[in-house]
Parts: sequence; structure tokens; C-alpha cells
Amino acid sequence: MMQMTGADLIVKLLERQGITTIAGVPGGAALPMYDALSKSEQIHHVLCRHEQGAGFIAQGMARVSGRPEVCLASSGPGATNLVTAIADAKLDSIPMIALTGQVPLSMIGTDAFQEVDTYGLTIPITKHNFLVRSAKDLLSVVPSAFRIAMSDRPGPVLIDVPKDVQNQMVSFEEYPDVVVPDAAPVFDIAAIEEAAKMIEAAERPVLYLGGGVIHSGAAHMAVTLAEQASLPTTMTLMALGAMPMDHPLSLGMLGMHGARYTNYVLEEADLLICVGARFDDRAIGKTAEFCPNAKIIHIDIDRSELHKVKNANVAIAGDVGQVLSELLPRIKPQLRKRWLSHVESLKSRFPLAMPGVDDPRSPYGLIHAVANCLDDSAIITSDVGQHQMWVAQAYPFRRSRQWLNSGGLGTMGFGFPAAIGAALAAPDRTVVCFSGDGSLKMNIQEMATAAQEDVNVKIVLFNNQSLGLVHQQQSMFYGKRIMASRYERPTDFLKIAEGFGMRAVDLDPAANPRAVLAEALQTRGPCLIHATIDPNEFVYPMVPPGAANSEMIG
Amino acid sequence: MSEQNTNLSEFIPDVPEHAGFHKVVLELGVANHPGVMSHICGLFARRAFNVEGILCMPVGGGDTSRIWLLIFEDERLEKMIKQVEKLEDVLYVTKHDGEHPVFGRLDEFFQ
Repeated sequence: MMQMTGADLIVKLLERQGITTIAGVPGGAALPMYDALSKSEQIHHVLCRHEQGAGFIAQGMARVSGRPEVCLASSGPGATNLVTAIADAKLDSIPMIALTGQVPLSMIGTDAFQEVDTYGLTIPITKHNFLVRSAKDLLSVVPSAFRIAMSDRPGPVLIDVPKDVQNQMVSFEEYPDVVVPDAAPVFDIAAIEEAAKMIEAAERPVLYLGGGVIHSGAAHMAVTLAEQASLPTTMTLMALGAMPMDHPLSLGMLGMHGARYTNYVLEEADLLICVGARFDDRAIGKTAEFCPNAKIIHIDIDRSELHKVKNANVAIAGDVGQVLSELLPRIKPQLRKRWLSHVESLKSRFPLAMPGVDDPRSPYGLIHAVANCLDDSAIITSDVGQHQMWVAQAYPFRRSRQWLNSGGLGTMGFGFPAAIGAALAAPDRTVVCFSGDGSLKMNIQEMATAAQEDVNVKIVLFNNQSLGLVHQQQSMFYGKRIMASRYERPTDFLKIAEGFGMRAVDLDPAANPRAVLAEALQTRGPCLIHATIDPNEFVYPMVPPGAANSEMIG
Repeated sequence: MSEQNTNLSEFIPDVPEHAGFHKVVLELGVANHPGVMSHICGLFARRAFNVEGILCMPVGGGDTSRIWLLIFEDERLEKMIKQVEKLEDVLYVTKHDGEHPVFGRLDEFFQ
């Protein structure tokens, strides 16, 4: 018979689930959990400067490790500050456990100090959530939370624990079993055979990979499928790295900022094989005009994604890796010389233009200069905006989980704390966060956390003193009426970084910016690398929001 | 480049008409604990999907409940059902036609 408090039980159950790092911020209603953590020899607590930072650090760890990671906050503002990071994890299907303290059960509903309805607030942004009413319930709730977060389509799970439940004594015979993901849904082999026939019969097929390929660990199988059936392959923002960018079959990223030839190839397709993607509006543009002549095969573990945006001719609800392993032996090798040479000619006629790629003081040039200093083991994160799209277009991603970014929610402020999390999960790797001056300011306080943890994170800051993508859209679609997208006063980011105890280098005055960049990237520890970018540099091509992908500008 | 773009604009799609006139009854088996109802109702509400009637009572030993929902047929209904089925606390969903008697005898309480 074991006896302990609810808080001690939570920590023991996290340890049994293999958790070694938790990111959080303490507060009154979470104090029993923090007291329990003080006794843990396994778990390292990373003290963040804002709960949103803690949420994104947990996400960064989970995006690298592929398993649920944990963030911790107190009640009220602690919980509301976590909300953005939880919603972000939901939209990108990231397994995460958010633990929050809550006021004691007897005070719930009385507008107690730091009381907010965390359970109610997080219903639409979690895969599932719990309000724990008794310490003995933790024996089932904590393992269930892990199981739900990592089974099927992954996602965030929140556990709200009132302070008296954390202090309540609970007796039990033995610990619950360590949980593993549920078996993936069983799928129909007849549908696989139908899909194989459609691939064989197609003349102009295109393979369209999404983040599900990464989550399922199926990138190598997707590449094999492409090679065996000679399928030109495009990737969503979330799938970059699934197929190496320099692979001869790679079409790069599709959609709003995809290369012209990529969207033209899709326009001509007679078969679209969508694997672990969800026909997001930024990827497909105007729904009715996306792949207008193509039949569709859609493979996704989430049944509710099938036929959601586009009706599929063959829809298979299953784990992408399992489905592909059944599909591969049924695929007849084909050369498709005609289609591939046509794709090649579109590619040479309408390539991705990268002006300034040889100049490290221009956006594409800086991205290439960074890539030239690194190998494929580096992890690249980005914030949200122009720099994100330039990196997505131009960085030579070559493996799964090399690229972490906020795809679905598009959260400015994601990149830097996610990079800290990535570095905590993979301490031997160099982690580079491409950011903009707008995004970086949204979680800049985590510089203190990065300095404290001495993580190997480099921020490459594209500073155009603007909210660049807003500025771009106002210039293009709102008659150049620039409203609230220029920062009137410059910010001295170098002083800020140094104030937080982080090293900072400036490429602007450097006679040889490549050398300064290389030195900064190769020196271990956190560092800010500052570069001024012209605010009139725009991301091209661009599909106007809501327009068809064929209506690209630039 | 920027000069030629001055006439471009974003395309913001119109809100499509959704609701039809045929009624449908959904029967849901759910885990019985506080919060299940808000998960289900929230799912309908945030898609502006009006629920015309709700009945809910525990069944058997009280570990599960049955929820009956009366709604208008809608082109999004099948997608909606798939979303409801994904909820952790929902055990099954069965679709009945709008003439199902479960709501019939309630009319007298709403005169």
C-alpha cells in the first residue's frame, strides 16, 4: 500500500512516463506541485519568464522528440497565458500535456483570487481536458492524458488540478501501467488496392505530403513511394524535410508562397495523392480551383479530415506509415518520362526566384549563408511572417523534425521558446531560430531562460523595423496605406540580449558578415545574430488570400 | 513589381447558407461526468450550428449517459457527426430521422 499527496502522485506518474524536463512558472495554486517537484531527482524544471514561453518550450521538446512533453502553470493568469501555446499545439497536432493549478474545489465558481474557468476556456483548443476532482482520479487521469496526447492524431491535453486535490492524501496498491499509444485504426485493404490501381493508371500524378508524414515517422516510406512510382512530390509547410529539398522529385512547398512551377504542376495533375495533409487554405488557395482535373487519394489518421475540404475518390483512415507499408508492395515501378520531363520544363521556366541569394545582407542570401555554416543535424525553427516564408522556400531541409514552425495557428513568438525546447531535447545539436523583429518581441523575455539554461540556440534576427507580412499585404492589397505595420522607433536588440545575459553580434557593421556569422553559429551557447533587412523586400510569389493558386503575383 | 499590384485585392468568400428544413435526431452515448455537455454543445455552437432540442439522462449504473439532440438537417451534418465522434467522452453516435418519438411527447411542456 502506497500513500502520498496528489501532487507527489502527479510527479511520480510523470517520471514513470519518462518525463525528464518540465517548463513552467510557479504560482499560488501550483505550489504543492512545485513542492513535489523539489523532491524529484529525475525531472529538471526550466523556469520560464512567461507561461506562453513555457508552453512553446514544451512544444519545442515535443516537436523534436515526437512524444508528449509537459508544461506547468498556476491558476488564473498562469493558465490564460498558456492558452496560445495550447491552441498552437492543437492546430499543428503536437502531443503536449499542460498541467495547471486551480483554486480549491470549494472555491470554484466564487470568483476566488486567480480563479478562471480553465477547463471551459480550453475545451475548443485541446484534444481533451480534465478537471480533477479527487486525488485518486489522478491514477487514471494522468496516464489517460498521455495516451490521448500521443494516440491517433496527436494533440494537447490539459489537466487542471485544484490546490486541495494536490494536497489530498491518496492510498493505492500499485502504480498504473506506463501508457503507450493506442493501436492505429484498422483500414480497408481493398481501398489500398484501389489506390495502387489509380496510381498505376495516372498519367500526371502528384504526391502531396503533410505534417502527418512527420508525426508518423513515415518520411522514408513516402520518399520510396515517390521514387518507385515516379511521383513529383510537394510538401506543406509542416512537412518540409520529409523529402530532401534537393531530391530530383521534390517540388518544394506548395501554396500561397510556393514556387510558380509547383502550383502549375498541381494545376495539371490528374491524380493527387494526399498523405497526412488537410487541404489547408494557405496550401490550396481557392478550393474549387485546386487541382481542378485531379482525382484524389486521401490518407489520414483522422477520419474527420477525409472529405472535409475536398471530396476524395479513395479515402483511407489509417496511420500514414502503416498505410504506406501496405501500399508500397502494390506499386508497380514506373518511369513516367513524359510527365517528369514536362515537370522539369515547368521547373526551368518558372523556378523559385531568389534575388540576392549571393548577398548575405539580403533575406535569401542570409538564409543560404546560415545553411552553409550548418549540416543536416542542425534544427531550424522560425517565427511567423516574411522570414518564415523565405526560410520555408529557401532553406535546404533534408530530414524530418529538422524544421519546427507554427503552421496552423501562425503564432508570432513561437520560434525562440520552441528553439529553447528543441535545444533542451537535443543538447548536442545546434538550434537556429530565424525570427523577425515583430515576432521576437513577443517572447523576448525568454532570452533570460536561454541564458540561464545555456542552451545552444542562435537567433538570426531579420530586422526590418516592421510587421513585414502586414506591411507587404497593405502595400499589395490596401493601396499602400501603411497602417500600424511600421515601428516608428528602433529597438536596440543587441543591448536587450546583453541585458538578459545573452551574447549578441551584429552583421550590419561587419566587413565580412559571413565570417561573423560562421563564428557566432559555431560558438556554443545562446547568441543573437542581428541583421537589418530592407522593409521593402517582399515575399514572392504570393497568392492573394482567397484566390486560386494559379493567380500568383511575382 | 509593386506598381502593377495596386489593383489587386484579397478575396473574402461569402458566408454560405447552411441550414435546411428537415429535422434530424442524433442519439449519443457519452461518459457521464461534468463537462461532457459543454464539450458537445461547444462543438455545435462554434460552427453556428443551432441545436433545437436537448435531452440527457444517465443510463444503467450511471457511468454513462444518453443525449438526444434535435437539429435541422444541414449540408455539414456528416462532417459534424465525425467531429462529435472524435470527442474522447463520446462512445457512439446514431442518426435517426426527425420523426423519432423521443421529442414527440415533450411538446405539451412547451405550450
